[in-house]
Amino acid sequence: MRGLSAIKNALSAGAIVAGMSLASPAMAQEETIKVGVLHSLSGTMAISETTLKDTMLFLIDEQNKKGGLLGKKLEAVVVDPASDWPLFAEKARELLAVNKVAAVFGCWTSVSRKSVLPVFEELNGLLFYPVQYEGEESQRNVFYTGAAPNQQAIPAVDYLMNDEGVERWVLAGTDYVYPQTTNKILQAYLESKGVAKEDIMINYTPFGHSDWQTIVTDIKNFGSGGKKTAVVSTINGDANVPFYKELGNQGIKAEDIPVVAFSVGEEELAGLDTAPLVGHLTAWNYFQSVDTPENAAFIDAWRAFIKNDKRVTNDPMEAHVIGFNMWVKAVEKAGTTDSDAVIDSIIGVAVPNLSGGFSAMMPNHHITKPVLIGEIQADGQMETVWQTSGLVVGDEWSDYLPDSKDLIADWRAPMSCGNFNVATGKCGGKGTTN
Amino acid sequence: MTTLFRRLLLTVLLALAVAAPSRADEAALRTIIQKFATAKGFPATEAIVRELAATGDTSVERPLAALAEGNLYFRKPDGAVFIGAEAAQVVRLADPLTGAAAGEEPKAAFTKVRVNNGLRRTIRDLIGTLTLGSDDPAVRLAAAGTMFGAPDPAAISALDAAIAGETVSSVRAALEQARAAAVLQSDLPEADKLAAIDLIASRGDRLALSLLTGYEARAEGTLKDTASAAVTRMNSTLAMWAVAQNVWYGLSLGSVLLLAAIGLAITFGVMGVINMAHGEMVMLGAYTTFVVQNVIRTSFPGLFDWSLAIALPLAFLVAGAVGLAIERGIIRFLYGRALETLLATWGVSLILQQAVRSIFGPTNREVGNPSWMSGAFDVGELSITWNRLWILVFSLAVFFLLLFVMKRTAWGLQMRAVTANRRMAASMGIRTPWVDALTFALGSGIAGIAGVALSQIDNVSPNLGQGYIIDSFMVVVFGGVGNLWGTLVGAFSLGVVNKFLEPYAGAVLGKILVLVLIILFIQKRPRGLFALKGRAVEA
Repeated sequence: MRGLSAIKNALSAGAIVAGMSLASPAMAQEETIKVGVLHSLSGTMAISETTLKDTMLFLIDEQNKKGGLLGKKLEAVVVDPASDWPLFAEKARELLAVNKVAAVFGCWTSVSRKSVLPVFEELNGLLFYPVQYEGEESQRNVFYTGAAPNQQAIPAVDYLMNDEGVERWVLAGTDYVYPQTTNKILQAYLESKGVAKEDIMINYTPFGHSDWQTIVTDIKNFGSGGKKTAVVSTINGDANVPFYKELGNQGIKAEDIPVVAFSVGEEELAGLDTAPLVGHLTAWNYFQSVDTPENAAFIDAWRAFIKNDKRVTNDPMEAHVIGFNMWVKAVEKAGTTDSDAVIDSIIGVAVPNLSGGFSAMMPNHHITKPVLIGEIQADGQMETVWQTSGLVVGDEWSDYLPDSKDLIADWRAPMSCGNFNVATGKCGGKGTTN
Repeated sequence: MTTLFRRLLLTVLLALAVAAPSRADEAALRTIIQKFATAKGFPATEAIVRELAATGDTSVERPLAALAEGNLYFRKPDGAVFIGAEAAQVVRLADPLTGAAAGEEPKAAFTKVRVNNGLRRTIRDLIGTLTLGSDDPAVRLAAAGTMFGAPDPAAISALDAAIAGETVSSVRAALEQARAAAVLQSDLPEADKLAAIDLIASRGDRLALSLLTGYEARAEGTLKDTASAAVTRMNSTLAMWAVAQNVWYGLSLGSVLLLAAIGLAITFGVMGVINMAHGEMVMLGAYTTFVVQNVIRTSFPGLFDWSLAIALPLAFLVAGAVGLAIERGIIRFLYGRALETLLATWGVSLILQQAVRSIFGPTNREVGNPSWMSGAFDVGELSITWNRLWILVFSLAVFFLLLFVMKRTAWGLQMRAVTANRRMAASMGIRTPWVDALTFALGSGIAGIAGVALSQIDNVSPNLGQGYIIDSFMVVVFGGVGNLWGTLVGAFSLGVVNKFLEPYAGAVLGKILVLVLIILFIQKRPRGLFALKGRAVEA
């Protein structure tokens, strides 16, 4: 009996060893660095986010052609949170805990970003967020490659005030945190510039709102108060389509009441009849029409990858390009994809942007960007009508709101704080997730 | 550009425009037009625009209008300027002054002359003054309108001359208003300005209000008081028009609700089936329109304006067929079990959404508006958009058609009998299972037709139905189950209430308030507005 069990033990031990030796080469073959892509591929935000998923696939493919990262190939893990904000958090957890991705590139709406913040904090993941947003946030695990309000909203308002002589303002947005906070900042800014309260009209609509008749008439009436009026639009998603259609149907011309939109780019215009939109404005940090060799090369490579000559490029795509290249450089600098190491090594990393300059990652986890104001053309492209002469550093804690004007963020040791209050000298001014 | 120079320019311009259409030397004009190719920046382009306008030649209207629309191109190698129209890989060229066709050339050699909003405003105002002396009364009317919007005191003498020589009364009235607007900006004596205020106030529209409000802010003394009084009068008139406008918006929202809900009223009424897939029938109708338009765009481009008429019967058949399949395949077995039907149809709605997502993709599809559905017209101060008007007409047509079917056809009689008392109807020889199946098909088909109409005002995506299912149930419950008139009254009253709440409470809160009101109403009248009466009517 003992001999039999000894043989059994030996056989099972041998089987285990054999199994392990068979498994190891297989495991070594599969070793890739996984990159998570967290963008809505269905629902109301699919119109904007689907192309960002494709951009990430393109960037990963390009990097793999250059030999991958740290000697390993990159592998994209794509999930679809379907414009469902709680689902964003679930999918983020899945990417970090189950797929063990090294970094996640994703989110568009601020509500989706706010939903995933606790997950990234808990699991110490990295999120590269490519979309313009309202500021009032700086998290250790998030890198904001999109514009803060001082890199988009404030310069746009300045342009309208100084170059177009606008004196009455309609702030129209979708009903969630980004438009609400941006409008708070803009209202404070406008009042600081001497605009009276009666000259500001604020209006919110739900996601996917399609009946714009009343609101567009209100805009028309507000615009006939004897002063030049403009609309600052933070409307997100496909509600923009019926909004612009109604503007066109009711005969509101861009020369009379210009609309400057912060969430409408070449991608949203691609599926639209742009005739009624010609002359309306958008404010971004990059346009497809920017005439530089880097941009031309990028567009050619992108179109070859996606096998479609007519696909457009837009600002959040450029933000992903910058963010991805910064992550690659930081990982190479740190020699590892470990989150803490990358968070330390990424500060100060500078990569070229597509408009002929460089973008650097600042200690507050925001980057430097130029600001461009463009007019929509009949072919869905933007024609730059104004731009900053240099780069603007992202300022996430707005100087125009009393709660945040004393706050700064600096994630370098020893401060390592996202909301350091310079007046009191303590970390933890306003909450980081509000 | 100093004000003095502008005024001088304007006077010269108007004098030339009104006196006689002068023909400046064509070669000189072409030399100026050539400068567009080398202009660097918007101020430089604006200077060339003003130079062109200063010649006073009416033929410069063509290149200036083309520039404002973004159709002015220059050829990169030699800098020749043309009016262009892009088509595929070529640009169709036309002479900037005469408009004569000048052949086609590849796009790559051409660049557009850049234009921005400020330039467009300048060009519009200049064209207005330039065409004041045109032979066409419509053009003169438009010019007077433009000058009313951008008044300039230097124009007064030229306007006087134009008014004196004007034969068409409507154009003369417009010119007088333009003159009045210019008078307000000038240094003329107070009596003239008071008369001008009255004239502008009599015009009564939003543009006049805007002008007078702006003037009132800067004026003093009696002028300010007169302007204030005029503004107050105009505001109260416009407030009444605003109420009418809200009623119109409420009716158009109601017509949308009616279209979405009427199919549900029938299926809910006849069969007592809660069909959560009703929104997806609407979505199928919208996608049918998309497919039809796609086919037309590729194979029969001339038929685009008929695309909706073609899509209507197809959408009815597609949605009706799917509805029939659902009834025969699923609902038939769950007859009498309302909760299971609800769950089953909810599942079907998810399946349909995903099927459409898989076939057509998750992103929105573009459904174009035929030309007769774009734009708007004015009734007094009421602005009515064509697409909403057609949808209102269409929804009423569908309603009366359905009413006809219900009241005057044998099938309708059978449906009403089954609604009133199913078992008695079965005893009378009516084949209730077939009535059920065809009713469900009819209700779904009507939803499909609604989808055709809704594709014109809403985004076509797999989630389209989700936006209408809740509203449809609201209307049916409020109006009374099974009653078409109840659905009509319910839909329109909900639409009007929603639109009256919206300016005060905002879109989000407005919807919430409407829901709360319905809930309170149902407490009092659980059967809805127009409940079906009778001893044997099943609850």
